[in-house]
Amino acid sequence: MERPLTQHITFPPLGLRQYEAVGGYQAARKAIRHMEPKDVTALVKEANMRGRGGAGFSTGMKWSFVPMDMPGPKYLICNADEMEPGTFKDRWLLEGNPHQLIEGMIVSAYAIQATESFVFLRWAYKTAAEEIRKAIAEAYDAGYLGKNILGTDYSLEMHLHTGVGRYMCGEETALLNSLEGKRATPRAKPPFPHVSGLFGRPTIVNNVETLSYIPHIVNHGAAWFQSLSRTADGGTKIYGVSGRVNKPGAWELPMGVTMRELIEEHAGGMQNGYRFRGVLPGGASTDFLVEEHMDVKMDFTGVAAAGSRLGTGTMVVLDDHTCPVGFVHNLERFFAQESCGFCTPCREGLPWTEKLLWALELGEGKEEDLAVLAAHATLLGPGNTFCALAPGAMEPLQSALKYFRDDFEQHIRQKKCPYHS
Amino acid sequence: MLTTSEKEQIEKEIRQVPVKKAACIEALKIVQEHRRWVSDEGIRDVADILEMSPEEVDSVATFYNLIFRQPVGRHIILLCDSISCYVMGYPALHRQLVQLLGIQYGQTTPDGRFTLLPNPCLGTCDHAPALMVDHDLYRDLAPAELESVLAKYT
Repeated sequence: MERPLTQHITFPPLGLRQYEAVGGYQAARKAIRHMEPKDVTALVKEANMRGRGGAGFSTGMKWSFVPMDMPGPKYLICNADEMEPGTFKDRWLLEGNPHQLIEGMIVSAYAIQATESFVFLRWAYKTAAEEIRKAIAEAYDAGYLGKNILGTDYSLEMHLHTGVGRYMCGEETALLNSLEGKRATPRAKPPFPHVSGLFGRPTIVNNVETLSYIPHIVNHGAAWFQSLSRTADGGTKIYGVSGRVNKPGAWELPMGVTMRELIEEHAGGMQNGYRFRGVLPGGASTDFLVEEHMDVKMDFTGVAAAGSRLGTGTMVVLDDHTCPVGFVHNLERFFAQESCGFCTPCREGLPWTEKLLWALELGEGKEEDLAVLAAHATLLGPGNTFCALAPGAMEPLQSALKYFRDDFEQHIRQKKCPYHS
Repeated sequence: MLTTSEKEQIEKEIRQVPVKKAACIEALKIVQEHRRWVSDEGIRDVADILEMSPEEVDSVATFYNLIFRQPVGRHIILLCDSISCYVMGYPALHRQLVQLLGIQYGQTTPDGRFTLLPNPCLGTCDHAPALMVDHDLYRDLAPAELESVLAKYT
């Protein structure tokens, strides 16, 4: 089985010469010397590469919206602010093969004719920061970055920006505000960043996993990318499992493996004495899937059809010793804390759900609280808030009310959390 | 007042951005690296050099949880309180840490050694529960191991 993304991951990672020795920077040479920018975009579009940050939007399509004839600076940004609770895939790529990411950024920047690029890295990833800083310096020395790359008239600068916290920075327009030195609140769309992004200039923001894939698509083509997958969503994908399983971890697998394969085969099944109850398939802001979904194909289409989202592809398992109400309370406390406070439904609604859930945990819940919680799922749902944070927060809540309703009702009836003696 | 070194570093950041205020977060990071936290005076100094109002600088500083607007200890403990760690034993780790340090979240030990803070997901969920002390990451932690972890920091 081919594992293009992770085959050359080592700790410490390959230096520039070692990376070149395994075929590194061939895609940058091929693209910049022998391809037109629009042909790179067309190739990525043809491959049907869907963004690996969580939303799954077509990467080539996103690039094709950039007004190429607009004079002046354009920006490419790598979103390395991995902060979705339960997600640990980008850390692997950042620490294990920084040159792959940098090459992907160079090729992607060339496709949109960006003049400057940034890696927006979260504060906590100290090792990644060191490795990326080192790799960028090496790439400058070797002439892959800077003026007249590889003797062509294409020039690109690259900077590393390390953040100072806040989940909101992962939202692309909030990330732009943060890069501009401001509070990380989201911007109104339109205008979309591809027209008016960083400092009002055309800007593309892509995820680490997406950008790291680009060199392989340029080297091997769209048909090869499609052939790696078991479904119409092409490529391989980094999947992860955490929680009470025997072998928590992350693996690069064909897009479209089933949840059963992931949990039973790769994660080694549930730990002794723990029973599977459900899973957040792609991070904190995705709806629960349960036992009946075990054979769902984990691609964008399959998970959506099951009523959730592939999200980041890293799942968190809920076991039978963990209280579902406490579990969802932990999530809503996170979202309430991380709300940027800019729009009212999110700022006021999320703390309310958090408090209701906490009251349930303390045994102070009332029957009508469940209706209030359910109402929030709608009131804070898509279309009612300024950005996707609150709708994302409502996904695990609404699905927990559906799949674990008995647990919620028990808390009210017994006037305590049945999981705590 | 900003030191010469702080000023030079901030000026360098200003040269990299199209408008001065875009260096705001970098400037706050620089001040914090030198003094461990950003005081009201620090906010005013950053405002002066970036030609912003102190209120605007403070609105940025207080937005980000890793810019400290209160004095902190010599070492910062960031305990992951997100979902995978919650499932894998965060509550017991938290209890033990509070007991060992004798402080709650947001507080600093009387000897100025540690400040204890909660932190959203540290991105190492396959090795939960986890925490960071300064730049060091500790994973797969059991409450019994905490004492020896803390002993490394004086």
